[in-house]
Amino acid sequence: MFEWVLQLAKKRITWAASALLSGLLILAIVLADSRPASALPLTSVKVRALPAFARKYGMPCSACHLGWPMLSAFGQAFKDNGYQLGNDRDAPIYQQPAYWPVTFRITPVWHRESTNRVAVDGTNGPLGNEGQITTHGFDWTGLDFHTAGTLAKNVSFYVLPSSDNTGAFHFEAVWARLDNLFGNSWFNIKMGKFELDNLLSEKRILTLTNVAGTYANYHFQPLVSPGTSGNPLATEGYTFGIGDNQVGVELMGHSKDDRTRYSASLLSGNDGQPGTPTNRGYNGYFAASRAFQVGSLGLQRVGGFAYIGEAPTYFQFTQGGVGVPGTGIGNKSFYRAGLIGQWYVKKVDLTTMFFHGWDNVFLGSNTAANAPLPAGAQAPTWNGGLFETHFTLNPQFILINRYELVRMSRQVFPTNPSNFGNEDVLTFGYRYYPFISTRAGFAFHNEFAIKRQRGAAPLTGLDLTTSSLLVGFDFAF
Amino acid sequence: MRKMRTKSIRLFFAFLTVSIAPALVSAQQLESHVGKFTGHSDAGKQLYFRYCWGCHGFRGDGNGENGPYLNILPRNFVAATFKCRSTPTGTLPTDQDLFNAIERGFNNTNMPSWITLTDQNRVDLIAFIKTFSPRWKNEKAGDAISVPPEPKPTVESIKHGQELFQKLECWKCHGQEGRGDGPSAATLTDSNDQPIRPYNFAAGSRFKCGATNQDLYKIFMTGLDGTPMPSFADVIKPNDAWDLVHYLRTLQVTHKSPELTLWVSTKEGAEIVNTQKIKGTPTGSGIKQ
Repeated sequence: MFEWVLQLAKKRITWAASALLSGLLILAIVLADSRPASALPLTSVKVRALPAFARKYGMPCSACHLGWPMLSAFGQAFKDNGYQLGNDRDAPIYQQPAYWPVTFRITPVWHRESTNRVAVDGTNGPLGNEGQITTHGFDWTGLDFHTAGTLAKNVSFYVLPSSDNTGAFHFEAVWARLDNLFGNSWFNIKMGKFELDNLLSEKRILTLTNVAGTYANYHFQPLVSPGTSGNPLATEGYTFGIGDNQVGVELMGHSKDDRTRYSASLLSGNDGQPGTPTNRGYNGYFAASRAFQVGSLGLQRVGGFAYIGEAPTYFQFTQGGVGVPGTGIGNKSFYRAGLIGQWYVKKVDLTTMFFHGWDNVFLGSNTAANAPLPAGAQAPTWNGGLFETHFTLNPQFILINRYELVRMSRQVFPTNPSNFGNEDVLTFGYRYYPFISTRAGFAFHNEFAIKRQRGAAPLTGLDLTTSSLLVGFDFAF
Repeated sequence: MRKMRTKSIRLFFAFLTVSIAPALVSAQQLESHVGKFTGHSDAGKQLYFRYCWGCHGFRGDGNGENGPYLNILPRNFVAATFKCRSTPTGTLPTDQDLFNAIERGFNNTNMPSWITLTDQNRVDLIAFIKTFSPRWKNEKAGDAISVPPEPKPTVESIKHGQELFQKLECWKCHGQEGRGDGPSAATLTDSNDQPIRPYNFAAGSRFKCGATNQDLYKIFMTGLDGTPMPSFADVIKPNDAWDLVHYLRTLQVTHKSPELTLWVSTKEGAEIVNTQKIKGTPTGSGIKQ
């Protein structure tokens, strides 16, 4: 009897200890290093999943999405075909007149953000000290209004007015597309503002935190000095990212089964900003991929991409010291290129990416082309990698893990440490879809991401670490 | 006391047996075979509940949550009656038939082409679809009919086909010009008592069961089970069937084909086709009327 009581007591103590430990762990994550701080804005994540299509075709979200918003092979083919299934029911004339292809999406969340070294006012004067800023609370993301579909057979469109979480709207996507020109799936022309044909789509990213809501490789800019990245017109709203939607025209083609795909885009060099704010240059983007079947493992895809562009380094004219929009000159070139593989082994899929970047020395050193280069400045180059794994237990539950790294291979200034600006981003999360329907989407989302940037602390030049924890209800209707 | 315990144990096992028996039956694995691929129903189940249940339903009875909104109802796998077969009317289709159907999709319905799925995915789905109906356990698929080589189309074969079109009374449903507007068209229903429209040749779209002349040959030699379209296998000979195929192609006035080209090269054919074309002008919406 005594032994039994002892065992029970031991069990209870073990359980209590486990509960206490778990609680402390959560508390530690939530409250560790919490100090009074101004709220950090939650990134408005422009991700895409359109229940409007599910309603039009009566298909569950899981048909087009591995876990929405990430596309499955079937969903990718549907998109590549101009949001058409190709069964002669795609034209709007086949829909009920009351049908309007609109989806809205917003995500109420609780999140915690922490950055270990931020320039703050202090004993050394304005912005003279570094402090750790941590904040947490209930919040919400921006709101997306997606409207997309077909205007007629083989004429498709997409318009996405999107707001940040203050309600300030902009147009994230505006395009029309002529599909299957000459009755051939190899010729489709799209014009407007659109996402580049990235196999690893940032607009369909499964992660939502401030740290991991975008791909680090897609937006990396080499540091010139701690806290300052390259590209002289960055302060004018020009910050290039291959994940950003761009404005231009795209020729895209694919095989009937979508195993082979290519695209070529001619883009205005304004990073998708309206009104050609910076320059009159044009950039090009090229992508191609091929999928193949490996036994019963599933479909594997390999591909490559390259963005070749130029960016202005100063304004030809200024008014009151501010550059006149569209008059950016002194263009200097840059490129981004990469190889990508998407590997499926039944319920597990792994995306691997090798990324390479190069900036002209003027861009890399933040120097206007009509000014002398700083002594010793050289064109920065870097390499990056990405490993993203998903375990899709079933269409309702997906585990997410991602590790991204960026390594400088040539610094702007040889005097900089060789690892200056290197980045590592680690993300864990899961999405649980309590129901899968042909009408709307709902997901319980939980994610933690942490990023370390070598030598990027603005004052001390120490490592900058940012972490983000998010729990939210992600829904679209 | 001991007796009671033995009785309780027996009762427990009896209860257990009764409880798990249905599960064991329903868990019976079925296979499908297409080429070098073998499909397994357990793998197909996961795919079905990702892609198919919205229309075909959790039980495969065609009563998915989207079913009530479709004017052409999804296939009822419990009934296991399939339109597109290479097998005689009334028999089950071959795995290859189902494989082709999934790959091709069905024009003018909500069933798309699933060509983007891997071959293995499709054979797995077929294996799972078979678990919905006891027919697959009790019957074997029919033997695929043989399709003799197609003779070269001639004006004579087209004219003979035209005569057969009248003689076999195809026009009663499909209409004299093949527009699906024959005198019986409005009264037709399928095996679910749902109204059904005969195929409109003038629209020129793909046939429900394929796009080739061989597919068309098979359609009227096997019939479309579950619809009013019967099998003509016992009525016409293979050569006559090919003549009918050649004539039917000339009714597709908006679809280029060797038969149509040949037909309009004759005075009689050109007059007929031109008359039909006037009624078939595109609307500008991308849909041919």
